[in-house]
Formats: sequence, C-alpha cells, structure tokens
Amino acid sequence: MQTVLSVAIDALAYGMVLFVISIGLSITMGLMRVVNLAHGAFAMIGGYLASYAARDLGLGYAAALLIAVIGTIIIAIPLERFLYRRIYGAPELTQVLMTIGITFCIIGIANFVFGPTLKTIPLPETLRGATDVGFRTIATHRIFAIAIGAAIAVLLWCLVEKTSYGIRLRASVDNSAMAAALGVRTELVYAASFAIAVGLAALGGAVGAELLPVEPYYALRYMVTFLVVVSIGGSGSIGGALLASLLLGAIDTTGRYFAPEYGEFFFYLAVIVIVAVFPRGLAGRRA
Amino acid sequence: MTDVLGRDRPADFWSRLKESSLPGALAIFVVGIAGFFLLPDNLALLTRIIAIAFLVLSLDLVTGYCGVATLGHAALFGAGAYGAGIAAVHFGVTDPIAMTIVGGVSGAIAGLVCGSVILRAHGLPQLVLSIAVIHLFHEAANKASSWTGGSDGLSGIMPDPLLGLFEFDLWGKTAYLYGIGLLLVVFVFLRMIVHSPFGLMARGVREDHVRVAAMGVSVHSVLLRMYVLSGMVAGIGGALSAVATQVVGLDSLSFTLSAQALVMLVVGGTGSLYGALIGTVLFLFFEDVVSAANPFHWLAIVGALLIAVVLFAPRGLYGTAISIIRERRKKSAA
Amino acid sequence: MTPLLDIRSLRKTFGGLSVTNDVSLSLHPGDRVALIGPNGAGKTTFVNLVTGALKPDGGRVSLNGMDVTRSRPTERVKRGLVRSFQVTRLFKDMTPEEHIACAVLQRMGKAGRMLGRHGRMTDVMTEVGDILDFLQLSGIANVRVREIAYGQQRLLELAIALALRPRVLLLDEPAAGIPHAQTGLIEKALERLPADLAVLMIDHDMDLVFRFAKRVIVLAAGSVIFDGSPQAVAQDARVREAYLGSYAHAR
Repeated sequence: MQTVLSVAIDALAYGMVLFVISIGLSITMGLMRVVNLAHGAFAMIGGYLASYAARDLGLGYAAALLIAVIGTIIIAIPLERFLYRRIYGAPELTQVLMTIGITFCIIGIANFVFGPTLKTIPLPETLRGATDVGFRTIATHRIFAIAIGAAIAVLLWCLVEKTSYGIRLRASVDNSAMAAALGVRTELVYAASFAIAVGLAALGGAVGAELLPVEPYYALRYMVTFLVVVSIGGSGSIGGALLASLLLGAIDTTGRYFAPEYGEFFFYLAVIVIVAVFPRGLAGRRA
Repeated sequence: MTDVLGRDRPADFWSRLKESSLPGALAIFVVGIAGFFLLPDNLALLTRIIAIAFLVLSLDLVTGYCGVATLGHAALFGAGAYGAGIAAVHFGVTDPIAMTIVGGVSGAIAGLVCGSVILRAHGLPQLVLSIAVIHLFHEAANKASSWTGGSDGLSGIMPDPLLGLFEFDLWGKTAYLYGIGLLLVVFVFLRMIVHSPFGLMARGVREDHVRVAAMGVSVHSVLLRMYVLSGMVAGIGGALSAVATQVVGLDSLSFTLSAQALVMLVVGGTGSLYGALIGTVLFLFFEDVVSAANPFHWLAIVGALLIAVVLFAPRGLYGTAISIIRERRKKSAA
Repeated sequence: MTPLLDIRSLRKTFGGLSVTNDVSLSLHPGDRVALIGPNGAGKTTFVNLVTGALKPDGGRVSLNGMDVTRSRPTERVKRGLVRSFQVTRLFKDMTPEEHIACAVLQRMGKAGRMLGRHGRMTDVMTEVGDILDFLQLSGIANVRVREIAYGQQRLLELAIALALRPRVLLLDEPAAGIPHAQTGLIEKALERLPADLAVLMIDHDMDLVFRFAKRVIVLAAGSVIFDGSPQAVAQDARVREAYLGSYAHAR
C-alpha cells in the first residue's frame, strides 16, 4: 500500500511536470501548426538558467525560476522572429528539419557553455524534506510540482476562456485567415503565444529538474515524451494535455518502479498502442 | 527519338542518358575504385559510408519518393545488422552473402512491422510513432542481451571468405570492395523500382494521395510495399556493416542514427538516389573530420547545417544544382 | 433494366443535423444528369457518400446491381464509379502523360509492377496517346503540370477520369475556375464523352447545366426537391423557393 501510494505521488508529480512543459507545445502545435521538436530544448534552457542563477549567482529559488522563464523567452524571441516565422504553414518535413536543427544547435551550445555534467537546482529549505499530510509523509518538492501544475492548468483555462486574448487565440486556432480578416493581429497573437509556450517550457524544465535531470541530451531524451503528450492529448486542448500527461506519467513511473530492468520498453510500447489506437488523440479535434 | 506511338519526344542525348542507370552505376564504380586507391588507410570509414548509404537510400524511398516523414528509420538498418550478426553468432551462418541475404530479409520484416505501425497515423502522431518505434527497438535489443549482447554490442561475428576465395582482411579491402559491389547491384535495382509503374504510383502518393486513391489505388498498400522494399535495402546496409566491422552495437538502432540519416538525405536532396548518395558521403566525411575534435561541436554544426539547408537550399545540394542547370538550359534555349 | 448507379434512401446526419435526407436517384447508360442546389444543400456530402469517402447512416448504393454501400472507395473505382475534383488535384511535378499513365496502369492491373517502364509498354502508351489526342493535350504531354494553363489542367482532370474507363462518372464542377470564355473547351470535351457512359454533373453554372444535362436534380437542405427536365426546373415553385426563398423572406 505504501509503495502504491508513493508511486502514485511520484506519477502525479511527474505527470504535472510533463503537463507544464507540454502544454506550451500543445499551444504552438494547435495555433501555429508547427511541429516544434525544439520545445524540449527550451525546457532544458530553463533548467540551465535556473541552475546557473541558483548555484552560481546564489539567488533564491523563486528568483531562479523567474530568471529561467524570462531568460528563455528572451532567447526564444529572435528564434521565433527569424526562424520559426519562415516555417509557419510549411510542409511537416521542413518543420521537423528546422526544429531538429535548432535542437542540435542548442544541445551543442549548452554543452559548450555549461559542460556535459548534470546540473542541479538547489531547493530552498521549505521545499526540502517531507511534509506530513496526515496519513503519511510526502516529499515536499513533489507537492510543490503538483501544485504548480494545477495552478498552471487553472490559470491557462482562465486565460483561454475568460480574457480577450483567449478569444483571439481561439479564433486564430479555428481559422487564422478569418481571424486576421476580422482584425485580429495574428502575428502578435502568434508571438505572444510562442512566448507563453516557451516560458511554460522553461518553468517546467526548472521546476521538474528533480524528476527530469538537466544535461545536454535532455532535449533529445524527452523530445518524444513531450510530443506524445500533445499527440495523445490533441493539440490545443488543455484538458487533453492534462489527461495525457497524467496517463503517461503514470505509465512511465509505474514501469520504472516495477520493471526497471526493462528500461523504457513498456513506456514506448504503451505510446505505440495508444497512438495507433487513437491516431487523432484522446480529446483531439478532427484532423 | 520517338516513343512507341511514333510521336516525337525530346531527342537529345541528355534525356536518353537520364533514363539509363549506366552513368550512375559508372560514377559509383569510378568513385569507389578511386577511393580504394586514394584513401587506402581509410577503408573502414569508406565502408561505413557505403553501409550508411544503404540506410539513406532506403529512407529516400519512403521519405523522398512517398513523402512519409520518419525519425525512426534506423530500426530497419539495425534489424538487418542484428539479423546478420545473430545468424552468424548463434546459428553459424557465416557466409557473407548468406548473411547479407539474412540482413535483407530481417530488414524487410522490420519494414513490414514498422510500416504497419507508422502508417496507421498521419502528421504529428505518425512522427511520434516513428520515434517510439526506434526507441522500442533499441530497448528491446538492449534487454535481449543474451541474443544481442546488450549494451556491449554483439561481437564474435566471423564471416567466411567471400565466395570462399577472399578473406576479410585486417585493412578492410575485401569488405570495401564487397560493399561497392552490393551498392552497384542495389543502385541499379532501385533505379528500376523508382522508374517502374510502382515507382510512378509512389510519386503520385507523395504529390497527392487523395488523387491517387480516386484512381482506385490503395495508398496504404503502395506505402507498405515501399516500406518492405526500403527495409530490405536498409537491412542489406546493416548486414554489410555487421560483416565489415564484425560487431553490431546498439547505436545501429538509435534515434540519433535515424535523425542523422534524415539530415544526410535532406542535405543531398530528397526524391533522388544521387542526392541520397551525395548527402551520405559529404555528411560522413565531415563528421569524421569534425567529430574527432568534439562530438558536441559536431552536433551544433549539424544543426546549423540543417537550418541553412531549410532556409537556403530546400531541395538539397543535388536538387538545387539540378534546378540551376535546368534554369540555365531553359534560358539558353529561349 | 438495372440502372448503372442506383441510390436508395441515402441518409447522413452530422451531430443531429440531417445533411443527406432520404435521397434516391438512379442513372442509366447514356444519362446526362446535373445535380444542382444552393450552397449548403449537401452536394459535397452526397458526392462523398456515393464515392465512399463517408459512410452513410442509412440507405443503399448499388453499382450495376451490386451493393457497394459498405465497399471502400478504391473498390468502387474498380467497379466503374469515377469522380473528378472541383479543385484541381494533380501531381504538380509530373507530366500529363504520367498522370494518364498512372490511371491506365491502374485500370489494367499493372500499377504494382516493379519492373519495366510505362513508357515502354505499348498497350499502355497507345491508350495514353489516344486519350491525350482525344482531349487535345498531346502538345503538352511532357510538360510538368505546374507549367500548363489552368484550362488544360481541368481537361487533364477529365482525361484521368476517362482513362479509368468509368461506367458512371461524377463530375464535380468540371469548369470551376476557368475564365468564362474558355469553358467552351470543356463543353466540347463533355459533348464527346462515350455515349453509354452515365454522367452525374454537380455544378451551379446554369448555362453549362442547361446545355449539357437532359435531366436535372435539385438538392435543397439535404433532400431532393426536384427531378425532371431542364425546361421544367425554372418553373418549379419549390426550386424557386429554395433558391430565392431566403431573399424573399429577407424583405
């Protein structure tokens, strides 16, 4: 029973981190129709920046997270302006090549700047150790990750459903030409959404560093995981992404606990089965 | 030159040459022999280039000719390599030609399996399936270490002399010449395939699969057959690699190799056998020079190269060169 | 006599909205029928149901007496039901000759051959040549499609359909997008279609419809509201209501 509970908590925390990172990818996929293989690289940049701020500059955890998010967005803006804009609406193969090229570059640069070793982000006193939740104790960082994930989900939902930005966003997702004709400046909506997407990736990369360790091959190692979340959840769907993240978190964590000698075998098997059975995603719109 | 109807067709020398696979085969032969004499100390690298060229040609069949984007094509190559290696180590099939056949068959079977899975979806889900498939193959090979040697690699592959006459020597001369021979055969075979009615249908699928389906052609069956063919070609490459290096490592079943094969194809030019060959040769030569210094620098350079190709030469080096020549000729004709 | 194409009580709903509502019609050899209707009448859905791209919720589609309601689209093509596309769907980097060769090879069951070249198959090329001549495309047989005029692309669309030797031909707006002055080319081609072919043309170019069709079927809100001669259609009150009703009520 104890094991089941701790696996469940780990799975939930892992799933929430996946959600925070992947929801940004889901937004760019749904809105700009860009297969952005470099999304994981932005999460990795977030992790590196947070680690640098906390360890080398000695800043607090909250400041480190803030620097990670803002720094990654600043790095991403010129990439959006000069590279991504060229591939909106381009054939899928072109998008794959461009974004995998960006990923390779970022990996190479990250290694050059930060070295090949694993980077940690020291947690503040309050997030270390365990919290007693009545019937048992749980690592505080896990609770923090879960809370962040839940908060992001609620915030995003409000943003999309309740604000005028959300209305423009949904209009642009449904029919960008029509939205443009109605006076929505889609280019601005795109840029803003790209920034939000990248910022979320960075936040997820920094908060999730305990679960998804930051090292140069991070961007390739988790690339498929993030893509799977979007492809199962259906692009542009918050609920779908949340459901898919939790499902994949559960599969991956359970596999690690109970059959570690099989590595990720069962994870990929599950991915293939789910995607093959639901080629349009669990909650996706029609292709 | 007139066709069977007696109607005039462009009668120039070039169009006749373009239809024949002779110049291509001749070029491979000449470059191959030149490599043998000019770079006698680098035959291992050259043989590796040939083996990977099979993988890139094979990828060209599904990506270039049929338009299926995949990041998991090394699965077919690795299947061929492990097929040939396991046949040699566990079943005593040590004749190099028999190993090559086993590799081709293993690759074709892997092609059938991968094709059946990957072709179930389109767009992003298809891409995800292709990545998941290569990871799954990798994990499976890692786990089945009693057969595959796991992360240590499958070693102890001792191929017999080729045709009972030519020992696989320490300098890799036999392996290299065997590779050139295989490449010639496969190249001529592929030229036939891509110009056959089946190849014509495949091009149609790439251009507009709805149109092809409206002609009564089953798009799925065209793609799946191409996947099997593609698997055979990649499998032969894998087998050549097993014969030449006498080990099979997990890296032959890796995502990285799949992605690199795609890069080589795109740098050379998709949808052309020449493009695939040129891309492979250039990429692996540069890799050999640069990655010796630092593998991460190499990765950054590959990335920059990809971005540059997408932005400035979307048809790849060969494709861009051809279209420049075509424009020139059109201008001079006008 | 068994009709070539027989459609009985075809129904399709999308989320409660009835898009095809109990549609029945039959085509015999030599028929020249036009299917017209205002925008949103459900013409596209109807075509997709007949070709098999969509599965109907009820009803039956028969080809030459054979029930094909559950058959796949490719199967229906092999049985002689061929469609053309409203928006030209051609292979931009391939030549007209290659397009028609694809269709001819497929019809002859040679599309899967991995050896030989279509250019050297006498039977295939003879037929390709005949079709190119028939539609006056021989002059551009070896030019890539992206470089030929739009009117010629529309003719090629027709050529591909004919190369499949259809018994029933669904023409989806064959003259769409061609400048009015050039529709004559298409019309001439349509006049010379094989006599025993059954043609169902979906269009809203009334000039073309009246010249081509011997019979007109009007679809409105998913139902057939008129099936009769071109002369009678303009006089029909329900047709006038369907086309003009919205304007009348707006006043």
